[in-house]
Amino acid sequence: MKRIHQRQAAAASVFATALVLGAAPALAQTATIAVGAPVTSIDPHYHQLSPNNAVADIIFDRLVNNDPQSRNIPGLATEWRAVEPTVWEFKLRPNVRFHNGNAFTAEDVAFTLARLPNVPNSPSSFAAYARTMTRVEIVDPLTIRFHTPQPYPLLPLDMTNVRIVDKETAEGATTEDFNSLRAAMGTGPYRAVAHRNGDRIEFERWDGYWGERAPFQRVNYRMVTNDAARTAALLAGDVDLIDQVPTSDLARLRQDQRVRVAEQVGLRLIFLGLDHLRPANENSPFVTDNDGRPLGRNPLADVRVRRALSMAVDRRAIVERVMEGAAVPANQFLPEGVFGHVGDLQAIPYDPDGARRLLAEAGYPQGFRITLNGPNDRYINDSRIVQAIGQMWTRIGVRTAVEAQPWTTFVGRAGRSEYSAFLIGWGSNPDGSHPLRNILATVNRDRGWGASNRGRYSNPQVDAMLLESLSELNEPRRGELIVGAMRIAMQDVAVVPIHIQTNIWATRRGFEYTASVDEGTLAQRLRPAPR
Amino acid sequence: MTVYLVRRLIQALFVVLAMSIIVFVGIYGIGDPVEILISPDADQIERERAVAALGLDLPLWEQYLVFLGNALQGDLGRSFVFNEPALKLILQRMPATMELAFGAMFLSIIIGLPLGLYAGLRPDSPVSKGIMAGSILGFSLPTFWVGLMLIMVFAVQLGWLPSTGRGETCSIGGFVGLTSCSDGLQWSFLTIDGLRHMAMPALNLALFKISLVIRLTRAGVRETMLMDYVKFARAKGLSPARVTFVHVFKNILIPVVTVVGLELGSTIAFSVVTESIFAWPGMGKLIIDSINVLDRPVIVAYLMIIVLLFITINLIVDLTYSMLDPRVRLETKGT
Repeated sequence: MKRIHQRQAAAASVFATALVLGAAPALAQTATIAVGAPVTSIDPHYHQLSPNNAVADIIFDRLVNNDPQSRNIPGLATEWRAVEPTVWEFKLRPNVRFHNGNAFTAEDVAFTLARLPNVPNSPSSFAAYARTMTRVEIVDPLTIRFHTPQPYPLLPLDMTNVRIVDKETAEGATTEDFNSLRAAMGTGPYRAVAHRNGDRIEFERWDGYWGERAPFQRVNYRMVTNDAARTAALLAGDVDLIDQVPTSDLARLRQDQRVRVAEQVGLRLIFLGLDHLRPANENSPFVTDNDGRPLGRNPLADVRVRRALSMAVDRRAIVERVMEGAAVPANQFLPEGVFGHVGDLQAIPYDPDGARRLLAEAGYPQGFRITLNGPNDRYINDSRIVQAIGQMWTRIGVRTAVEAQPWTTFVGRAGRSEYSAFLIGWGSNPDGSHPLRNILATVNRDRGWGASNRGRYSNPQVDAMLLESLSELNEPRRGELIVGAMRIAMQDVAVVPIHIQTNIWATRRGFEYTASVDEGTLAQRLRPAPR
Repeated sequence: MTVYLVRRLIQALFVVLAMSIIVFVGIYGIGDPVEILISPDADQIERERAVAALGLDLPLWEQYLVFLGNALQGDLGRSFVFNEPALKLILQRMPATMELAFGAMFLSIIIGLPLGLYAGLRPDSPVSKGIMAGSILGFSLPTFWVGLMLIMVFAVQLGWLPSTGRGETCSIGGFVGLTSCSDGLQWSFLTIDGLRHMAMPALNLALFKISLVIRLTRAGVRETMLMDYVKFARAKGLSPARVTFVHVFKNILIPVVTVVGLELGSTIAFSVVTESIFAWPGMGKLIIDSINVLDRPVIVAYLMIIVLLFITINLIVDLTYSMLDPRVRLETKGT
C-alpha cells in the first residue's frame, strides 16, 4: 500500500484536514447532488447509459418501476399478466398527469414503443425492447396489450427499461428538443427546469405526482467527475449527496460523524474471461511455455486449468486490501436474493496447493506463461486487481505478465477475442437470464446471444436450458432452468468470478439516501434524515 | 503586409488539412466507438444498426471524405454522445473556458509583471529573493495538487469560496439590463457568485503563468538596465520612473507578449486538469470526456478549432511585435 494513487492521496488529505463542515440544513428545501458520471442526454430513448437512465428515472416513469432492491414494482401500470401465452396485458394507472398537465393514457405507451427504434443517430438504442413485440393493442385508454411471436416471460422486466413520454409533446421531437427540456415531459416525481450540458440539471418537485410526494422543492444535480473534488465538495458542504465514493476514502468516511455512508451490494460482477475460442490443440495468443515459445495447445480449454486459475485467486484479500471492503467475493454472476442466484454453489476456495495439483494433473506441472489483460480506467481499482491476480497466479507456477490499458483500446481487442485472459465487468439486470444470454450463451447473431461473450464460451447444455427458459412463463420452472444453466456454466468455470461491487453513496448529516442495487443516483431516493 | 497575411492564411489552411487527417486516422486507430458507446447488453443486430447509424461501416477514406465534404459546408459532424452538432457543443462551452483563460492571463500579468519588475530592479533585496523562490514553487507544483489544496484550504477548511462548479452566470445583455440574464452567451464574471466560483480555478490556472511572467520580466529588466541607452537616459537626468516605465518596460515586453500569447492558446486548449478538478464546464472537460468515449466528431472539431486558435494567436503576436518594436518588419519575415 505504499503507492497510493495520487488522486486518492489528495482526496485523503482533503479529508484529513477537513475540520469544519456545514451544519445540518435548517430547512430542507433544496438539495444538491454531485454525481461522478456525466449525463449526456435528457432524451430517455437516445443512449442506453446508466447515468442517462438514472436522470430519466427522475423525470419519467416506466410501466414497471424498480424498487431499490431492483424488484419489479407497479409504476405506470398497476398490474400485468399474460392473458394468453403470447399476449401480455398491462392495466394502466388512472389519474396520472404529465408535467405539462396532459393525462397519461395507453396512447402514450404505444407512442413510446413506436419511438424506441426511431431515434436518429442513437449510439445505443432501446429498440430491442420494442423488437420483441409483433403488435401493440390498445384495448381501452387504461389497458394495453403486447403481442409477441413466442411466449416471452421477460416482457415486464423489459418494461423497466422503457421510460414513457408524453405523446403530444414528444411527437416529432428530436433529442435536442429533449435536451432543451421542451419535450422532456414525464410523469416522474421531479420535473427538469434547467439543463446545462455536462454541468448540471435542475429539478423542481412535480406536485401532481401520482406517488409519494418528493421531499425537496428543488434538486440541483451536478456532475463532478473528479473523485477527490467530489469528496471535497461534500466535506465543504457544497453538496449534500455524492455517489461513486472513492474506496480509499471509505474507511474514514464510515467513521465520520458528520457524514453518512449508504452502501448496497450491487449487480456488477468483476470477472476474468478466458480464451475458449481456440481449441485444445491450438495456441492461445497470450500463452507460451516457460521459455516464451508457443505452447502448441490452449491450456485454457482444460477445465482443470481453469479451475486451478480460479482457486489461485485469493478473493478475500482482493476485497479487503484492494477494494477496501467495497465488494463481496463472488462465485457466480448474481448476489443472493436475486432471481437466478444459485444457492447451493460452493464458495470457490482459495487453495494454491490444490491449484498446483490440478495444473499437474492437467499436464502442466511446471506451469506456463500467460498475459492477463485488463482495463485501467473502467472499473473500481481495475488495474490493481489485475496486478494482484497476476501475482497470485504466478504463485501457483503460472508466470503471469500483466497489461492494463485504457478501456477505449482494451474493449475492442477483447471483443475480437484477441486476449487469452482478461479482466472485465458485467452489470446485470436482476434476472439470471441476462448474464446467461449475453456472456455465457454461444455467440449467435440471429438469436442475439453472446454479444458480450468475449471469451467465446460455448456449452450446448447451457444453451438448451436458456432457450427453454426464454419462453417459459411459469416463473418457478423458469427459475429452475436459469439456476440449472448458471450452475453448469459456473462449475465448468466459463468465467472466473472475482467479486461483486458494492454501490456507495455518502450524504451530509441531515440527509439520508436509500442505497440501491442498481448504480443510478436518483433524486427521489434522497430525503431529509429523521431527527 | 497583405502578402504576408495571405501567405499566412494559406499556410494555415494546409496545417488544418494535415491536422484533420492526422486526427482522423489517429482516432480511427484507437478503437471502435461503438464498442464503447453501446450498451453492453445490446445484441448483434443492435450493434450493426449503431455502426451504420454513426456512419462507421464505411471505409476510412470514405468516412474522411464525408467529413471533409461536410466540413467545407461548415458542418463538423454531430457528436455521437450528445446527438448535437459538435461545433455547437464546443461553442457552448467556449465562454466558460475563455473567461477562465483570460482570467488567468489577467492575474498572471497584474501579479507577474510588478513582481518581476521589482525583482529585476532590486535583485539583492530579500523580498526579491522571496519572489523568485515563490516562482520556483509556481513552476514545479503540479496543477492538480495545487487545485486540490486550494479547495481544501479555501472551501473545505475556511469555507470562503465554493469548492467546484461554475455558479451563477449572466449574459452581457442581461448585465446591462437589455435582456434577461439567461439569454445569450453565459458569463460568470458578471455575477458575484460567478466570480467567487471563478477565483480558485483561475488562480490555479494562472499559477504557472505568474511564475513565468515574473522570471521573464526579471531577466529582461536586468539585461536592459545595463544597456547603453538606459545609461544615457539616466545621464540625461530622466526620472527613474520614466526610465523604468518607458525605456525599460517597453523593451522587455516583447518576450513577455510572445510567451503570454502562446500560453493563452495552450490555456484555452489544455485547461483539462483544472477544469476537471473544479468541475468547470468548459471545453477542456468536454474534450477529455469525448476522448474517453471516442466521440470522434467532437475530438476532430475541437482540434480543428484549436489549430485555428493557435494560428490566430501567433498572427496577433507577430503583429504586436511590429507595434512594440519598429525594427521587426513583417514583410521580411516570410523570406
